[in-house]
Amino acid sequence: MEDEKTITVKLVFGGGVEVLFSNKRNQSITIPAQAPASGSHPSRPADLRYLILWMSESLLTDRKELFVDGETVRPGILVLVNDTDWELEGELDYELQKGDEVVFISTLHGG
Amino acid sequence: MPLEDYKRYGRQMILEDFGLPAQLKLRNARVLVIGAGGLGCPALQYLAAAGIGTIGIVDPDEVDVSNLHRQVLHTSLRQGWPKVLSAKAAIESINPAVHVIPHITSLNSTNAFPVISSYDIVLDCTDNPPTRYLISDACVALDKPLVSGAAIRYDGQLCVYNLPLQSGDRGPCYRCLWPTPPRQEEVGTCEEIGVLGTVTGMIGVLQAQTAIQLIVGLGPYAPNEVGVPTLLIYSALASPMFRSLKIRPKRNDCPACGREGGARELVEKGEYVALCGGMREDLEGSGKRKGQGRVGVKELEARRAEVDVLDVRSKEEFSICHLPEAHHVPLNTLLHDPLAQLSPGKDTYVMCKLGNDSQVAARALRDALGSGADRVKDVVGGLRAWSREVDQSFPMY
Repeated sequence: MEDEKTITVKLVFGGGVEVLFSNKRNQSITIPAQAPASGSHPSRPADLRYLILWMSESLLTDRKELFVDGETVRPGILVLVNDTDWELEGELDYELQKGDEVVFISTLHGG
Repeated sequence: MPLEDYKRYGRQMILEDFGLPAQLKLRNARVLVIGAGGLGCPALQYLAAAGIGTIGIVDPDEVDVSNLHRQVLHTSLRQGWPKVLSAKAAIESINPAVHVIPHITSLNSTNAFPVISSYDIVLDCTDNPPTRYLISDACVALDKPLVSGAAIRYDGQLCVYNLPLQSGDRGPCYRCLWPTPPRQEEVGTCEEIGVLGTVTGMIGVLQAQTAIQLIVGLGPYAPNEVGVPTLLIYSALASPMFRSLKIRPKRNDCPACGREGGARELVEKGEYVALCGGMREDLEGSGKRKGQGRVGVKELEARRAEVDVLDVRSKEEFSICHLPEAHHVPLNTLLHDPLAQLSPGKDTYVMCKLGNDSQVAARALRDALGSGADRVKDVVGGLRAWSREVDQSFPMY
């Protein structure tokens, strides 16, 4: 399905975040390669900011506030790109590459 | 080292990079385990067996029968004992040479420094966010590595915070990775959402293993290694079950480890409960609160033949026990289309385990109904109240 107008990335959910996405821990999704302008952000190659927006509009099966807070994920959810903390990769501005694996995990407290 | 110990520890001493020096390091080590529950028990069991010289245990609670499926040092006969003393008794039968220091208390901002300061390594085996932030801040202030474990449902996580790096610096602290606590309603407890005993077991054993490696200097913690802060995530249901994730370095703007003295000030201020959204609501208490449209279990008993009883628990909980006449609709299904669940011409009594979800469901039903909403009631105290006040043979979990 992928062509130059779309990009396919792998999503992995854990720590309870999967409950918000049909209880599927692994999903492969194809989104527009170019993010439309939104808010103060012009049209640009798809980045994590766009992925989170797209997920909250098109993939989320539970209440929005359980996943997002403004344009980012809610506190207690950690995002990793190809097994690396997104903070090391530019966070929301990280430009998605074909085949990237993005992990969303929730902090756990039980013991 | 006593002669018998050469035999006792021989199978680990002959390991590559171990030998007598590593065993002596373990014997001289002082490890503090905070929480003697699902994570703490397996961690303590293996730390004791491996020959850690001094082990401190912090826990304010007593052994309850609902702990025993995962808190493997406690026994049926020791129900009601302080967990710390039950764990101490178990450790003494595994390895009497271990010096166990009991701390029958919860950790708080007053005792955190005096309790933690005499140990070399701290294991966070607790179950709530305020204590996790407190332990992390105290470990930053006292410069102790913190082996943090967490587990719930089928999932677990393991991370070493404040890890000494070859550069002389430290890895991130708990606040660096989780700067803002999650909202309280997003924090599930083992009592509310469940936990498999082997999952806390996996993580607790890994905490013990990590502590041993830190003490001895093995693998990623060997003195010639750079030290890469990682978060290990585990899920019994995922494939692969383990993933090791590279996490951020410490944050320069971290209120605890980003500036000199920051962590100490935070511990002294002690505003941990407020940071995490205030005192956690007692779900049994809130389920029993009187209110408009709520009925007691005695009224349910009197009218059960004529009303429609709607049970909104999960299908798993419904499978454990239910009233024979109850009609099962999980809360989420009900919220999705409330009116579809109402039987015409009958009053509806909604119930759940404790009487909290039933209030949410009843409110949704009344809102959807508009007029005639008073035909919807929910049962104060839920099935727990039923099992106490009406039918003592009704199973409760």
